[in-house]
Amino acid sequence: MKNRWMNAKWFGLITLLAVFASGCGKNHLSTLKPAGEVGQEQFNLMLLSIIIMVFVVIVVSIIFTVAIVKSRRKNLGEDFEPRDVAGNHTLEIIWTTIPILLLIILAVPTIYLTFKQADTQAMENEEGGVNSEETVINVTANQYWWEFEYPNEGVVTSQELVVPTDKKVYFNLKGADVKHSFWVPAAGGKLDTNVDGINSFYLEFNDEDAQNSNRLFYGKCAELCGPSHALMDFKVKALPEEEYDQWLADMKNIEEPVQASAEDAAEGQEIFNNSCIGCHAVTPTGAEAQGPNLTNFGDRDLIAGYMEHNEENLVNWIKDPESYKPDNNMTGQYDLTDEEIDAVAAYLMELKIEEGAGDVETLRESAEEGAEGSEEESSESEEGGN
Amino acid sequence: MASTAKKQGVGSVLWDYLTTVDHKKIAILYLIAGGFFFVLGGIEAMLIRIQLAVPNNDFLSAGLFNEVITMHGTTMIFLAAMPLLFAFMNATVPLQIGARDVAFPFLNALGVWLFIFGGIFLNLSWFLGGAPDAGWTSYASLSIASAGHGIDFYALGLQITGAGTLISGINFVTTIINMRAPGMTYMRMPLMTWTTLVASVLIVFAFPPLTIGIFLLMFDRMFGSSFFLVETGGNTIIWEHLFWIFGHPEVYILILPAFGIFSEIFSTFSRKRLFGYSAMVFATVLIGFFGFMVWAHHMFTVGLGPTANAIFAVATMAIAVPTGIKIFNWVATVWGGSIEFTTPMLYALAFIPSFTMGGVTGVMQAAAPADYQYHDSYFIVAHFHYVIVGGVVFGLLAGLHYYWPLMFGNMLSEKLGKITFVLFVIGFHTTFLIQHFLGLWGMPRRVFTYLDGQGYNTANIVSSIGALLMAIAVIILVINIIMTLAKNQRVGRDPWGDGRTLEWSLPLPVPYYNFAQTPLVRGLDAYWIEKKANNGKMMPAESLEDFHMPNNSFIPFVLSFGLFVAAFGALYFASGKEWAIDAVADLPQHPWALWVLILGLAITFGSMITRSLKDDLGYYVTKEEVLRDLEEEEQRREN
Repeated sequence: MKNRWMNAKWFGLITLLAVFASGCGKNHLSTLKPAGEVGQEQFNLMLLSIIIMVFVVIVVSIIFTVAIVKSRRKNLGEDFEPRDVAGNHTLEIIWTTIPILLLIILAVPTIYLTFKQADTQAMENEEGGVNSEETVINVTANQYWWEFEYPNEGVVTSQELVVPTDKKVYFNLKGADVKHSFWVPAAGGKLDTNVDGINSFYLEFNDEDAQNSNRLFYGKCAELCGPSHALMDFKVKALPEEEYDQWLADMKNIEEPVQASAEDAAEGQEIFNNSCIGCHAVTPTGAEAQGPNLTNFGDRDLIAGYMEHNEENLVNWIKDPESYKPDNNMTGQYDLTDEEIDAVAAYLMELKIEEGAGDVETLRESAEEGAEGSEEESSESEEGGN
Repeated sequence: MASTAKKQGVGSVLWDYLTTVDHKKIAILYLIAGGFFFVLGGIEAMLIRIQLAVPNNDFLSAGLFNEVITMHGTTMIFLAAMPLLFAFMNATVPLQIGARDVAFPFLNALGVWLFIFGGIFLNLSWFLGGAPDAGWTSYASLSIASAGHGIDFYALGLQITGAGTLISGINFVTTIINMRAPGMTYMRMPLMTWTTLVASVLIVFAFPPLTIGIFLLMFDRMFGSSFFLVETGGNTIIWEHLFWIFGHPEVYILILPAFGIFSEIFSTFSRKRLFGYSAMVFATVLIGFFGFMVWAHHMFTVGLGPTANAIFAVATMAIAVPTGIKIFNWVATVWGGSIEFTTPMLYALAFIPSFTMGGVTGVMQAAAPADYQYHDSYFIVAHFHYVIVGGVVFGLLAGLHYYWPLMFGNMLSEKLGKITFVLFVIGFHTTFLIQHFLGLWGMPRRVFTYLDGQGYNTANIVSSIGALLMAIAVIILVINIIMTLAKNQRVGRDPWGDGRTLEWSLPLPVPYYNFAQTPLVRGLDAYWIEKKANNGKMMPAESLEDFHMPNNSFIPFVLSFGLFVAAFGALYFASGKEWAIDAVADLPQHPWALWVLILGLAITFGSMITRSLKDDLGYYVTKEEVLRDLEEEEQRREN
């Protein structure tokens, strides 16, 4: 029985290696399919540690198996009296030194990468404001949704993060109510969104890897933040830099709310303006809002961060948000009839940005203002560490 | 007391246990209460695995799921693992060092009753408005925001149990330092005693930070202070630090006594002294020492900065070295021995590879940048269950079978024990091995459900099936225990036949005064030495004389009950008050809360005053009684 169990153990180990070699998991959300420099470095460190550790497990298992097999009382007889060995200095030194050497091999890249990946100096300019040359995004985590602000461009959106590929994207993270944690597994490790201060780090998205996952990565909240923690997902759309700039310009172009075209949508817009606009903006401005910004809602891929994007789901969600995301802050904030909700949903589905309408040339003209605006936050980020 | 009284009524047995200060009976109290909470935590674990067996499951609602995971973790750590370890520490340590009881028998009883009342209080939350729901770590921003009284139950319940644990820790340190029999030098103490000593020292240093953290939380939630309210100048990261300054040593508080149990078992069932005893002692102390310097590895993603992360990463890696020394020394103990595959030995053998796996994933997490990926994912869940189940629970199950005859005078069925072992070990690996991959595939921990189409489905159902196997194993274990107690086939001295340490030199059941004469210890594995040299008779270190024993006392029970009552007062004090935090400000007011608080504290302080003013000098066991017992024992042995 003992042997069978040991076999199972080996079988497990081999499966482990096999599964690892094949690099299981989905392109858009597995840490084993890194889609950028940060994730790749972390993946390499994982591989190094796994190789060392599998070596350790194998050595221990072999010695252990031999020890058991050769020392069974059944084989040795009831009268066999083992020699009482107090210990062995040479052995003790060997099994102290070898692990230390292995750990040094692991410790060196660990320390190097810890400092490298924490280097976010580039996101600040000389005056301590946001560096307008870099892609900087302010993330605010709320129960249970995400807000993304582009301070250099003065654009605010929510739930769907849009990033440029093949360049470093810097993030300033904070939590608005309780602590959350910002995690895009395919792009790299997570960082907490504290309520006490701002955390900063960077990620990178390779264009090639982005194409392999249809330019859409999964993001998750990784810190227990209340009943709907499990549903606090978001999407990351990784676009080539020109498309990214164009998207920002298009967003910025919306200075007035998009006017509804269809009749029911127009009706919905009016209802929206009476009941919803207190929390939900429909122009890409006003960071740190009560509710998600809905400027480009019609373009998005998910309802409430995790449901398929169609009008039916949207209607259901508005009718009874509590049953979809328990403990959310939208429940009970409005009193709408079913017809009114249908109209609002029709309006929201029309909220799309006009592609190519924005002027990329003038996109970052307001960067100076933006820098001033978030100066306060940047100085906080120094204290908050990175 | 049990060995003198022949046939007792239920009432008198109950009264005996309510008032006992005997470490052997306190061990049984810990075992019963800890076992009960272990089953409770196990049921909660099953609920979690049922909910997560399939995607988009609605077996548990989101809020209820968070309550279940919080209570699973809290119950298993504070109310199951620690008390069960205390059960074995109480059952063995005084016997291993040749003492008649612990240094402070009264405090020992106080410790167990504080734990029991704290545990009951915490679990009453299920019936009184909902259990805590911010995870067993209860991170401050969420625990402050959590509406209702759940978190208050957590804070007060743990405060009461924690006081009991701290008291027991102090007691064991004192006992081991002061109560050793002549000849029992530090470097002759069995490993179980050594690990208990180090774990108790860790308790003494690690529990105060938790107590302080929970006090701050209590003040915030019950008395309207703002230590963790950011908008009024508080800081939530402080909670994380305080919690993990306690929380990481806590892991070693749990695993070290388990290491002790395994060390005894390896040596006993290999018929060989422990290999590298002094290296083992050194490694134990070193682990305890390092245990205090690594807490921030639980906080790599908090944003403490690269310097802190790098330092804590390296310190964490360093712990692997003494742990590795232990693993290799155990293997070397088995090597060249004569192994008997008893149930405890099977658990000990299964522990080596299982715990090694948990250990190596621990080192993997020490690499901070890689941990940014593992952190708060199912990889972590897999890791700590490999350590806690593969280390601590295997140790508890091994200890249960191994020390059962010492505690109850009969043997658990080996056949059923081995069935439990096979099911439990297979179930354990099935449940948790696959969870490493879930984490790497991007599944965060503490999620009440997951969506279809993310590639998590198969792994989760496999994991749930494994949990079912473990549940079946525990049910068979419970059947085993009931059958053994019902049959009650008595066994005599040294029932395993290969006992090496002092506790096995005693007749079973162990007399309430343990040793008729304090034994003389002539080396490591004292009983083994006398088996070889003196036909198994311990040499006495004193002549046979009257000796002193402590009286039973009901005060520990009443004192603990007072705190239990006071906790209800504190819990409802802030309800509906103007100054209270939002989480409880909307609840109905309870004007009686203050009076209940005062009443409870009055009971507690009254008990303390009674204890201080009443002379309780104990009593003497007479030489005649001891001689009579010895004769009886002699006759029994001849038959």
